[in-house]
Amino acid sequence: MMAGVSRETWISAVLVALLVAVPLAATAAGEPFYVTLATRIAILALAAVGLNIALGLGGLVSFGHAAFFGLGGYVAGIFATHAFNGAPLPFGFAATTAMPVIWLVAIALCGLVALPIGAISLRTAGVYFIMITLAFAQMIYYFAVSWPDYGGEDGLSIYVRNSFPGLNTAQPLPYFLLCLGLLAAGMVLFWCIQGSRFGAALEASRQNATRLAAVGITPFGIRLAAFVISAMMTGLAGALFADLNRFVSPSMLSWHMSGELIVLIILGGKGRLFGPLAGAMVYVLFEYALGGITERWQFFLGLILLGVVLFARGGLLGLLAGKTRHG
Amino acid sequence: MLFLIAAGLTLIFGVMGLINLAHGSLYMIGAFACAAVAAATGSFWIGLVASLAAAAAAGALMEVAVIRRLYERDHLDQVLATFALILILSEGMRWLFGSFPLYLDIPPVLQGAVPLPGGGQYQLYRLAIIGVGIVVAVGLYLLISRTRLGMRIRAGESDREMIAALGVDIRTLYTVVFALGAALAGLAGALVGALQSVQVGMGEPALILAFVVIVIGGIGSIKGALVGAVLVGVVDTMGRFLLPKLLALALPISQANSVGAALASMLIYIVMALILAFRPRGLFAGQA
Amino acid sequence: MAEPILQLSEIRKTFGALKATDGVSLDLRKGEIHALIGPNGAGKSTLIHQICGSIRPDSGTIRFLGEDMAGLDMAARVRKGLGRSFQISSLAPEFSALRNVMLAVQARQGSSYRFFRPVAGDRSLTGPAMAMLERVGLEKRAKVPAAELSHGERRQLEIAIALALEPKAFLFDEPMAGLGPEGSKRLTGFLDGLRHEAPILLVEHDMDAVFALADRISVLVYGRIIATGTVAEIRSDPEVRRAYLGDAA
Repeated sequence: MMAGVSRETWISAVLVALLVAVPLAATAAGEPFYVTLATRIAILALAAVGLNIALGLGGLVSFGHAAFFGLGGYVAGIFATHAFNGAPLPFGFAATTAMPVIWLVAIALCGLVALPIGAISLRTAGVYFIMITLAFAQMIYYFAVSWPDYGGEDGLSIYVRNSFPGLNTAQPLPYFLLCLGLLAAGMVLFWCIQGSRFGAALEASRQNATRLAAVGITPFGIRLAAFVISAMMTGLAGALFADLNRFVSPSMLSWHMSGELIVLIILGGKGRLFGPLAGAMVYVLFEYALGGITERWQFFLGLILLGVVLFARGGLLGLLAGKTRHG
Repeated sequence: MLFLIAAGLTLIFGVMGLINLAHGSLYMIGAFACAAVAAATGSFWIGLVASLAAAAAAGALMEVAVIRRLYERDHLDQVLATFALILILSEGMRWLFGSFPLYLDIPPVLQGAVPLPGGGQYQLYRLAIIGVGIVVAVGLYLLISRTRLGMRIRAGESDREMIAALGVDIRTLYTVVFALGAALAGLAGALVGALQSVQVGMGEPALILAFVVIVIGGIGSIKGALVGAVLVGVVDTMGRFLLPKLLALALPISQANSVGAALASMLIYIVMALILAFRPRGLFAGQA
Repeated sequence: MAEPILQLSEIRKTFGALKATDGVSLDLRKGEIHALIGPNGAGKSTLIHQICGSIRPDSGTIRFLGEDMAGLDMAARVRKGLGRSFQISSLAPEFSALRNVMLAVQARQGSSYRFFRPVAGDRSLTGPAMAMLERVGLEKRAKVPAAELSHGERRQLEIAIALALEPKAFLFDEPMAGLGPEGSKRLTGFLDGLRHEAPILLVEHDMDAVFALADRISVLVYGRIIATGTVAEIRSDPEVRRAYLGDAA
């Protein structure tokens, strides 16, 4: 191992370099499709970084994080729709297509929703926690399907991508850079949390909650805070995703989506800073490469996932870089 | 019917401590087997037997190949691995059968309706399903409390290592229990297949509901699965029926209907959240 | 005499037909080591759990520093000043010994909701934590993950963590268990000096250590305290000999 720079850091640097270089090259070559692909990777990675706070650091297996992903998406969609047809939002607010405002609303909404969901769910443990987070997400899913005003099962289209001051968000490359910036911010936040006192308490709550209580820290409060923060980040990613596809539908709220988010983390390596990015890259590229060959690509995804779970528990980064060491 | 799936799930979790998301896929396999065989032979009943056999076999195969390695793992790994199985099985079935639904007819003997006391008619077939549910419930109760297999299952629930030490062949026991749970799921799938169509993905809504049922009832408890299934069924039916009507008092009809439908589908989950808020381990946790 | 630091009054707890704790009254005074002994199955663990807050007594009160602890969970009681070690070591296995103690220092400072400053180089945490490790003699193993420490080292780490909490009273649950004669001697010496920082309620089986350290001993048999007194009094008490010591005393 090189002095000071671990293998994991090298690999992570390579991944980031790829993520930045490919879209630039693609734009230069006039192939915007790859930029869109990279944007997709960045957004999914951000969603997974959010989940990683709760799952990787805190050991909270939330099978309902799609709820926040979808809520963020719907905020973007609803704002865009109302801005388009001029109708005011509930409580008389005027809609806007400014992304910063939309993001703030998405983050705030997800945080507010995560508070009661987390407060109730965290009273349970183990498989009950998994199930109850799933159930809450299902609740929101069915609500979205049945509520007719915003498309119901068919979803909601965003005709023109929302705007960001100073950028032409309709173009693939500027939007990609925007998402990349947010991904970087998210990862910086993750890194800060991981190394902070809060992070220490959170990891301790995962390793041995009794020990945490025995030093006088109540695990519940720490976990709830982690859950809420995690929800907010995933919600932001959802808003970005809706703007990317210019479409939001209840499928963003489905349990398949929740499973997908967990898969992203596991594929890349749970609890590692760059794990979600590695996982998102593997997943999206796989979807693209195999999806071109066969419609049955999920079959192979299932096989690979099974293989990872059974044999390669540390995910891609675990395979390539070995175990992490805590200080 | 929900009880059948839930009972299988809770059995597996109670005895082996394993969450199995792929249970819904076993349900689907049973339905497909029944439909395919019934179409080929013209008899629903042979199809039913086939569904039991196919589901049990699939279950046993699944257990030996994959599930076995998961007992020692934490719940996250189990969730992921069985999620992977769902993907594999769903896409696999699509490959074999295509995306179009198969149809399964209600056997002539059970067609028609039965007049209810108080007016109205009830489908005979649905009554039959309830009947099957009761028979299975009684059968399971007898199995668990009266037979040696049942004793081993109960012992396995309390202390896995102990019964291994006593010489009971754990591996076979687990495979048998898993296959039993699978057969129950397959049976449910076949029965429901005649009411709705048989298609890939039919297992998933059923699976989620089954999880809600066993979480409400308490994981590992058959009694809980029964109570939970009844509760969920009643809440769901009543909710869909009553909510739009109640809302119609305050809202215009079309809005009442849509809001009512939305709320009704959420209702079960709200109930589950409420129950878990007060009893984090379900209603009958820890009992067989 | 000043009010006892910890006072149990008529604590009762039954599990079905089993009276695990049957009207236990006990107190811990400033500056003393009060040993709790009794045969296996006497209900020592249940009593410890009730003092710490993981089990709720059916009746009776537990007062710590004059305050009734009813309704407070374990973390809250620890914050009030009750430091404990576990009979079976309970540590954060992936963290190093140092990080385990740092966690306690952090908790003592009450600052767990800081999200940004990194913990790794933070002197206000590493300084006190290393000091605690030095006190128990573990400073050379500071960077070793807790899972890789030997059994004796883990006991030492548990004590270091308890020290870092700067508690008003210690509750040590069989700290000598599994230590060889060398380790037991060292720990006995250590605890001897510790009593002046905070009184110690010591649950132990090791009679040599108990007789060497205890100011008072309480004997728990079938959920009841059958005797409380000085070492000499307990050694000569006929009921205690019959129930527990046999003729070894």
